[in-house]
Amino acid sequence: MSAPSLNAALLLLADSRLPAGGHGHSGGAEAAIAAGTVRDLPTLAAFLRGRLATSGLVSACLAAAACALSAPAAGSGTASAPAGDDAGERGMPSPAARGRAAAGVAGGLLGGWTELDAEADARTASPAQREASRVQGRLLLRTARRIWPSPVLDGLAEAVPEGAHHPIALGAAAGAAGCAPEEAALAAAYTSVTGPATAAVRLLGLDPVAVHRLLADLAPDLERTASTATAAVTPGLEQTVSTVIAPGLERAATAPSAHTADSPPPSPAPTASAWAELPAHSAPALDLLAERHLRAGLRLFVS
Amino acid sequence: MGASHEDHHHTPDPHGRALRLGIGGPVGSGKTALTAALCRALGQSLRLAVVTNDIYTTEDADFLRRAGVLDPERIAAVQTGCCPHTAIRDDIAANLDAVETLEERFGPLDLVIVESGGDNLTATFSRGLADRQIFVLDVSGGDKVPRKGGPGVTTADLLVINKTDLAPMVGADLTVMSRDAAAVREGRPVLFTSVRQEPEAHAVAEWVTGVVEAWAHEHRHAHPHAHAHAHAHAHAHDADSPESSAHDTGSPEPGHGRDRTPV
Repeated sequence: MSAPSLNAALLLLADSRLPAGGHGHSGGAEAAIAAGTVRDLPTLAAFLRGRLATSGLVSACLAAAACALSAPAAGSGTASAPAGDDAGERGMPSPAARGRAAAGVAGGLLGGWTELDAEADARTASPAQREASRVQGRLLLRTARRIWPSPVLDGLAEAVPEGAHHPIALGAAAGAAGCAPEEAALAAAYTSVTGPATAAVRLLGLDPVAVHRLLADLAPDLERTASTATAAVTPGLEQTVSTVIAPGLERAATAPSAHTADSPPPSPAPTASAWAELPAHSAPALDLLAERHLRAGLRLFVS
Repeated sequence: MGASHEDHHHTPDPHGRALRLGIGGPVGSGKTALTAALCRALGQSLRLAVVTNDIYTTEDADFLRRAGVLDPERIAAVQTGCCPHTAIRDDIAANLDAVETLEERFGPLDLVIVESGGDNLTATFSRGLADRQIFVLDVSGGDKVPRKGGPGVTTADLLVINKTDLAPMVGADLTVMSRDAAAVREGRPVLFTSVRQEPEAHAVAEWVTGVVEAWAHEHRHAHPHAHAHAHAHAHAHDADSPESSAHDTGSPEPGHGRDRTPV
């Protein structure tokens, strides 16, 4: 069995030309430049490495989790077998495929989104960053719902009406587009550094080729981040399946006529969040920069 | 990148929502002043909201709020990260979100104005964002600008040439500008204004009123409120609007609120 090939939809999702509002955000780069922390290529490289190791990794985890929750039910009204088959074709082990299929019910119908979104909130200390993340998530979801229409994406928008955090929207969109969790994680890691890098090109007039060389140097780190994130998601996914999905599926099996998308069965409250153990690396300097940026008198980027 | 009237079908679900009017043009040509003028002229007869696209800070939104031409809550600011043209053309997500948020909060509305950040002659609004668009030039850029063309000048639904009062001082020949604009615009309308001298920009306001009425007529079947007669809205508006007192004495005729004192 060969390794899964890259899903071309991932390129669309990671492309800075995706019309989802990303161009208005600098990922803290504008504030870092205003503070003098980022002023040339070496300082930008350090900034990008720090961002990838902290918020980049956390974003990758959240995106992988959201993708795992959303992928199977995408494009269909139910979490049905074909989605599992699709996962199998992509080289996923069959228990994981079943877990994804079941978890899709959780994400789409049983309220798994609010739990995951709360985990993202808990990992985002700065209110300014929370707002920036939610705005970008809302815009991405708006765009993704038109590009890859899916009841799962509709469910996410409904579950978090103020706007899901960006990595969650990204992961869900990746799932709806048929990407695997590791691909979603890679996209999240990638956008966590390309946004600030592009902003630095615009704000500092840096040589764009030199900045892209920096990004190319980060490529192995992006892949490691995606692998780490995907592995970190597995326990939470299993717990979601065992505590939320299995009972839900049993209920659905015993009372099929009562099960409709309009009136989902109530979710049993889990005792602990399935995602509590996801990495929670923080970057206090980024938090402070985000807060300072919000109060800056003159700024070009939203965040 | 046609800005022709025929090309609406790219805009998703136009039924039952306000007309979205883009106002674009180079830096300093008077986009914000024209937006303020339209709010003064039409604020009583149409249910309005405005989205500004600021290059820096929230300068334009703050200007409009200070001008007192519209309830400050009905003005939303979008920041564009060094790329004002991107925000109105290539990646309209933030602007669409702002427009729809205003419609959800204050709707139903008749007109949402989206004012772009100052840009260059190639900047135009995506048809996914704006149903109609006005491009604003001013005479102080020189009377050769209309001749230079560019998608904004050639394809906008209305070309406004502002600051006509400055024409003698900068040696701009309005006749030349009019002739050149007509030549490149294939019959699309051109209006000359001086918003400084005429703070309600009556001719432009009348054009906008006509466009809003045509839009409402075209899309009225899907929405009971989006009917063609803007002046009837003064009453419907009072019931659910916190600033309803501003509308109680509204001029009955759209585009003719000349006796209202600008604040």
